[in-house]
Amino acid sequence: MKPPAFSYHDPATLAEAVALVATLDNARVLSGGQSLMPMLNMRYVLPDHLIDLRRISELAHIRQSGGDIEIGGMTRQRDIEYSDLIAAKLPLLHEAIHWVGHRQTRNRGTIGGSLCHLDPAAEMVATVVAFDATLIAQGPSGVREIAASDWTLGYMTPSLAPDEILTGVRFTPWPDGHGAAFVEFARRHGDFAIASAAAMLTADGAGRITRAVLTIGGVGPAPVRLTEAEQGLVGQLANETAFAAAARHAAAIEAIGDALVPAEYRAHLAGVMAKRALAKAWSRIDGKGKLAA
Amino acid sequence: MSWGESRTITLTVNGTSYTREVEVRFHLADVLRHELGLTGTHLGCEHGVCGACTVLINGRSARSCLMLAVQADGAEITTIEGIADIDGPHAGGLHPLQEAFREFHGLQCGFCTPGMLTTLIELLRDNPAPTEEEVRIAISGNLCRCTGYQGIVDAALATAKNLREATAPA
Amino acid sequence: MTGQIGARHPRLEDGPLLRGLGRFLDDIPAPGALHAAFVRSPHPNAAIERIDPSAALALPGVRAVVTLDDLRPHLARTRMPLGFRSSKLPPTVTASVLADGEVAFVGQAIAIVLAETRHLAEDGVAAVSIDYTTRPALVDCRDALLPNPPMVRADHPHAVVARFALGYGDTDAAFANAACVVHENLFQHRGGAHPIEPRGILARYDHAEENLSVWSSTQMPHELFYMACEVLGLDENRLKLATPEVGGGFGAKYAVYPEELAIIATARMLRREVKWVEDRREHFIGSIQERDQYWDVSLALDADGRIRGLRGSLIHDQGAYTMQDVNVAYNAGTAVAGPYLVPAFHLDIVAVQTNKTPVLTVRGAGYPQACFTMERLMDAAAARLGMDRAALRRHNLVPPEKMPYEKPLKARSGAPIWYDCGDYPACQDELLEAADWNGFAARQQVARAAGKYRGIGIAHGVKGTGRGPFESALVRVMPSGRVSVFTGAAVMGQGLATALAQVCADQLGVSPEKISVIAGDTRTITLGLGGFGSRQLVMAGSSVQLAAKAVAVKLRKMASHMIEADENDLVLTDGFVHVIGTPPAAGKTIGDIANVLRGSPGAGLPADIEPGSDAHVNFRSDQLAYANVCHIAEVEVDPETGGVDIIAYTAMQDSGVLINPLIVDGQVHGSIAHGIGNALFEWMGYDADGQPVTTNLADYLLAGATDVPRMRTLYRQTPSPLNPLGAKGVGEVSTVPVAAAIISAIEHALAPFGAHLAQAPISPAQILATLQAGGAAHGPA
Ligand code: FES
Ligand code: FES
Repeated sequence: MKPPAFSYHDPATLAEAVALVATLDNARVLSGGQSLMPMLNMRYVLPDHLIDLRRISELAHIRQSGGDIEIGGMTRQRDIEYSDLIAAKLPLLHEAIHWVGHRQTRNRGTIGGSLCHLDPAAEMVATVVAFDATLIAQGPSGVREIAASDWTLGYMTPSLAPDEILTGVRFTPWPDGHGAAFVEFARRHGDFAIASAAAMLTADGAGRITRAVLTIGGVGPAPVRLTEAEQGLVGQLANETAFAAAARHAAAIEAIGDALVPAEYRAHLAGVMAKRALAKAWSRIDGKGKLAA
Repeated sequence: MSWGESRTITLTVNGTSYTREVEVRFHLADVLRHELGLTGTHLGCEHGVCGACTVLINGRSARSCLMLAVQADGAEITTIEGIADIDGPHAGGLHPLQEAFREFHGLQCGFCTPGMLTTLIELLRDNPAPTEEEVRIAISGNLCRCTGYQGIVDAALATAKNLREATAPA
Repeated sequence: MTGQIGARHPRLEDGPLLRGLGRFLDDIPAPGALHAAFVRSPHPNAAIERIDPSAALALPGVRAVVTLDDLRPHLARTRMPLGFRSSKLPPTVTASVLADGEVAFVGQAIAIVLAETRHLAEDGVAAVSIDYTTRPALVDCRDALLPNPPMVRADHPHAVVARFALGYGDTDAAFANAACVVHENLFQHRGGAHPIEPRGILARYDHAEENLSVWSSTQMPHELFYMACEVLGLDENRLKLATPEVGGGFGAKYAVYPEELAIIATARMLRREVKWVEDRREHFIGSIQERDQYWDVSLALDADGRIRGLRGSLIHDQGAYTMQDVNVAYNAGTAVAGPYLVPAFHLDIVAVQTNKTPVLTVRGAGYPQACFTMERLMDAAAARLGMDRAALRRHNLVPPEKMPYEKPLKARSGAPIWYDCGDYPACQDELLEAADWNGFAARQQVARAAGKYRGIGIAHGVKGTGRGPFESALVRVMPSGRVSVFTGAAVMGQGLATALAQVCADQLGVSPEKISVIAGDTRTITLGLGGFGSRQLVMAGSSVQLAAKAVAVKLRKMASHMIEADENDLVLTDGFVHVIGTPPAAGKTIGDIANVLRGSPGAGLPADIEPGSDAHVNFRSDQLAYANVCHIAEVEVDPETGGVDIIAYTAMQDSGVLINPLIVDGQVHGSIAHGIGNALFEWMGYDADGQPVTTNLADYLLAGATDVPRMRTLYRQTPSPLNPLGAKGVGEVSTVPVAAAIISAIEHALAPFGAHLAQAPISPAQILATLQAGGAAHGPA
């Protein structure tokens, strides 16, 4: 289980890196390596070139710009996990990151790497979709911004041109006091989720939902935002009936099945996770009304 | 002799600087083990699940099978061979965590041990007073087929307690 | 030092391992070695038409591609011998050293690529071109019993490997008049062994001496040695074989594999040093597994819950080749009645070939399946009779007054199954108390009020341990005052060296630190059987004790001449032989005595003295020492996800006299963790075409630290009459009842839903499917 032969490039600047991806054939970009390295060791991928972004320090940052928070593509998951800014402003991301792999893989793994690898169960992808965050790519002709809803073209296929590099992602935080929850079910701690759900809610003083987001990961070929369910929630009194109605949308996702996990089970779990994420998000709203009976 | 594209890199491992020409496709574990002769870091899966290959890179635990050696150029690395010297010298020549592994029978065949020790060293730095649950989560990415984890968890909790008591103001 | 038996002595092995200085197979410096990678079959069943290595040989650094045809002139036989030489199976059940014209499972080794690095060797593997004619595979072992099943392979075209019946008593009568009969259809599967260190072998050719030095990560060094000599046609004096540190075995290293002999033969043929280190994917497809068993069983009882009889059938998936015998099926069949009085028993067993990786013993070796079968029946019977599950069991346990108790069945050695000792009901009583079995209903109510479904399960197991026929030990006091213990037992990570040192120290009056244990080295001891069947401490420990005792007699006798005292007045303390009641230092050191006993040219020795300060004992026993266990698991199940949380786990074990309780605890903990995997996680899956679907540790799940609860261990120590230590084996015993206890607890938790669980392992998806069906879900996936 040893990697195949390849040429290794470690450009010092983003411009060099973009020039390399634009010119080299059969190249793969290496960021944290926590998905690419196993695939190399197992020879599931056979690139002629690896372009390692590790030296491009401008790609590793967490910063506030205006009301938004921008995270560089090479930011390690651990730095997100331990960021006070993220914990305060993006509680959904803060919670989601704890579900990503294990401490050793979060120390190396990057947010950009996860977004580009695009595993259907990736917590980072589900979170970005939940926020409808903006992904920022750099190509030879400049910067391109991609809405999270446009990021996924298909199973493990991001909307990234062969000559582009994902440089970062921009989140617009929800108002202080919103409720957020990321829940998932996996066979063991740190495994990819069979199903995950990300929810964010705001409410008025009367216990009525004013804004809702619900995203399901692991079930379809990519995380999905359940806009119909969200629309159904807004204006409702928050209660188990409302959450259950939203969860039915989750359970209706056309689920992928394989030798290890039957599709029906994934779909069923999607519903369960949705319900739980909504209830948990609700419980975390500051100054909300009581859960209506 | 090298059989493919190679690079000269410098690694500081357990305080010693090594400069070596390595093939770019070699992962860090192979270079530690076979180029530097530091065979205490083990390979149990080479696909990033078992954790036996865990080392500390600039103080952070990482799987050395999931990292090319060239990516570690310039890094400070601590392997199991260097743990005894952390915050040392220690009486008996072993780090308190190593002593606790012996006392609480935190190892049997010893194959997972390098990854357990390095991971727990990092945990105890991040969190000097972990709960049992936190210890278990910290090593949830390290598989052990021998111990059932209980001796390892007990060793970590006892070490945390001893270190806290040792550093507590009198 | 006396008082060693029963001491929680920290292990002698730990120092180097904790410093990263342990020397495992891949740690042995081999700078000039060629690195081997195997070309393995991608097909479950195919004829090999042509092997073309030319593209591989053209790659840089690739030195050779070796097939069976290349090796043939260098082999005395191309087919592997059967591991059990007493087996009645035909010789064609085994595989060839490398594939011989056909392949019968995905992963079968066809050729070896040898290159300057493992990377280059893997490059070469991808470049070897092979033409196959594929054939339909036999995947589901039940299909072997249908008319005209697919042929698994041409050189042994019989679907059935072995068909036999076990039994005694009149089961027809037992069932005819029974007040209660319960029936179960069970699926069981245990997966792979998965030591964290996979297998590996290094074969060094010495040009000057034309000798081969071999290191292998094996549980069976002597078996590998003798088999290599046989297959390669080697003069036994030309081969040296030793085990380095072994990173766990769990059964994976219990067999001699074709790959090992192929590597040794290649080193000899090429006159080069050759190294092969198995990677994890190879372990998944190339190392033995314990796979599917289908049990169809019934239990007959009287109205008061007394067992009348047990009968049924077992279909066992043996894989494509047989390496030793049908051990797993045989063990499972003979052990099914477990610790209970079962007056009549009949089981029809059929072991069939499939196009899958060979099956052999994984930690527990068929006993866990036997236990699961019996304990599922017991739970069903308790439910039918409206009895408490523990009470029904206690009612049927072999009582202490019937010990020793003979079951009218034979173990593989041919010796009767004879439970040597133990108090099974007392074990249960103590365990129920410790786990607060009677207080469970209250705990369940509290949990239910919080919306949680809690259940409790109990299971009993027995395990034959200390498998014979013998083990070797040579104890020698050295002039330095240190003691060497040589044994044919195999060190594989449990702490055997420490335990043997304790046994030896106890006899020789030295501290265990003064004792070096050298195990599994064919140069130091010629006979040995290795590590399996929870035997090593029992067998090698007994040999060590007897040998050390004999050495002590020699030392005392010699000392009686040196210090002019009656040997019967002499004792051994702190490295001295001295007159009882005097300070040790007033006597002679054992090193000085050994120095005299080793002889000096021309110097005389007293007439009654036999030279040398050593003794060699091969302690013999064909009887298994039966250890017993009883476990209680308490779980919470999430009926919405099927997720299982093990809340509490309490284990009682009687393994006779415990030499080192610290080590024993570790073995019990590890066994339980393995059993948790067998209950909830470990599934070596194949698709309908025979392709394995779980070939990495992300898809095949081993229990991690968050899956294993804190375990509480309890012991009774009934000395076994079968060996001088009074010991019974430990290593596998607590694996036996775990799946049974946990799945019983899950079913109990889900009783409000009418759940009936009939398989191990069981996944959350399957648990949920069971609930939705309102009955048993059943099957591998
Ligand atoms: S060898 Fe690196 S995680 Fe297993
Ligand atoms: S001690 Fe053997 S794998 Fe952990």
